[in-house]
Amino acid sequence: MTIRIGSGSAWWGDRISPAKENADKGQLDYLCFETMAEATISAAQVRKRRDPIFPGYDTWLDDRMTAVLPGCIKNKTKIISNQGWINPNGAAERIVYWLRAMGVHGVKVAAINGSLITDDVLNLTDNILETGERTQALKNRIVSAEVYQGAEPIVQALKNGAQIVVTGRIADPSIFAAPMMFEYGWGMNDFMRLGLANGIGHLMECGAQVTGGYFADPGFKDIPRPWDLGFPIAEVDNDGTAIITKLEGTGGVINAMTIKEQLLYEVHDPYNYITPDVVVDFSTTRIREVAENRVMVSGISGKPRTPTLKVSIGCEEGFIGEDMFFYAGEGALQRAKLAESILRERFKLVELKAEELRIDYLGLNAIHGDMTPEVDHEPYEVAVRVAARTTTREEAMKIGREVDGMAVSGVGMTGKRVPHQDRTREIIGVWSSLIDRSKISPSIKMFES
Amino acid sequence: MLTKLVQLAHCRSGDKGNTSNISVIAYHPEFYAPIKEQLSAEKFKNFYSGVIKGNVTRYNLDDLQMLNFVCEGALGGGVSRSLCLDNYGKSLSSRILSFKIDIDDNLEQLLQ
Repeated sequence: MTIRIGSGSAWWGDRISPAKENADKGQLDYLCFETMAEATISAAQVRKRRDPIFPGYDTWLDDRMTAVLPGCIKNKTKIISNQGWINPNGAAERIVYWLRAMGVHGVKVAAINGSLITDDVLNLTDNILETGERTQALKNRIVSAEVYQGAEPIVQALKNGAQIVVTGRIADPSIFAAPMMFEYGWGMNDFMRLGLANGIGHLMECGAQVTGGYFADPGFKDIPRPWDLGFPIAEVDNDGTAIITKLEGTGGVINAMTIKEQLLYEVHDPYNYITPDVVVDFSTTRIREVAENRVMVSGISGKPRTPTLKVSIGCEEGFIGEDMFFYAGEGALQRAKLAESILRERFKLVELKAEELRIDYLGLNAIHGDMTPEVDHEPYEVAVRVAARTTTREEAMKIGREVDGMAVSGVGMTGKRVPHQDRTREIIGVWSSLIDRSKISPSIKMFES
Repeated sequence: MLTKLVQLAHCRSGDKGNTSNISVIAYHPEFYAPIKEQLSAEKFKNFYSGVIKGNVTRYNLDDLQMLNFVCEGALGGGVSRSLCLDNYGKSLSSRILSFKIDIDDNLEQLLQ
């Protein structure tokens, strides 16, 4: 027996057409969606405060679901998705709406709640992992706190007969591990298989990053048809091996190199990669190219899970103001440098209070900053990019206001954008803590189309 | 012979909080030993001088011929606080590709 698990997205902004292709042609048992970054939940909470009609789930939910539901219903493919963000019930209801609109009735949709602990987080946690300070120090600044849940509630929802499971915050690999655990009956004490399941989940959670995305480097790592990358499909056997592959005819490549790059992506200690379900050991991984775009992955192992779950705490931490303007042609860099000195003086005149101020020259040092080697040529173009971190929005707005001043009161031959409104943004800082697992009780709500 | 790492290995960076992890993966098993021997955590950190503000820890995966450098304090305070345009540090891994490694002359034909 083999189960086929396909990727439908790796993040909120991901492409949708490869998900539809996987749904239509992948002969999948499961299609899994990962749509969150570290700050997604906090950002959703901030938006909800300002915009009460924001439903609180993936803003692309309609587009994603209308693209894949026809194929998934036709092929009896189950869907597991973390598009619920801060409102899994609302997301489930919306999916039911689309199913009924397609004339599909009797499909069970489960919403998994219980990861949001904003009101209780200070009582349930002790220290901030990054700083060692007490989480109490974050009091009054907390926007959201959520627990990374594991695969268990998804497995339970599948046991309840759900064909579609939509969740809030769940550890990314668990989204993919859950179907393996459900289909093969792997228990929570089967560390080796849970290690494999979460290891494969880790390879799949970033979608095209294992099929040639975030990979190509001309002359060193060239890939076919990079504009048409397919999303990955894992064929998982009960004996603990998986083939990572993709649809025939799609662009990109799956080989030992793409697997290795993704294996360590966002991993710190590869011998102890902590997930809610298991501690994964990647050091024992065996990788074998068995055919074109088919790589066998086996041997990923696991150790017992930790007694705690990770909590993400999003906090208000001030604002960033930023803008940019441009020079080109003869003497561009010299004009950029004069512009920088004018701006620095003007920031003194307007008494800019910044925690940090950064002025970069795009094309020269904006990306690698202080470690950029000296260049020995005059760039033809330079963009001057100005950014500051401040405690208030009023201070952050001074960046854009002073860049506006460069239009008429600046340097000769200055190119500038039309003043725009999104030159300030709120910072939601994310901190981590740990919570006793027994304090968290997920709940499942069932809906039916 | 001295050669740039770009001909010996490929890299990927990932972010978590204010920590960036940068993997270095040998194109050929023969390249792994000289990379492992010459690219210590300390040399790695020095090559990112001014950007990596904290500790660098190296993990070795000998069977897979790859190294993982975990770089604390490399993301300007973290993705949301960073003033860097590349606030996720996705492009950080490219820097190490210009690090020079001394390899045996007879490995030249294997260079990427």
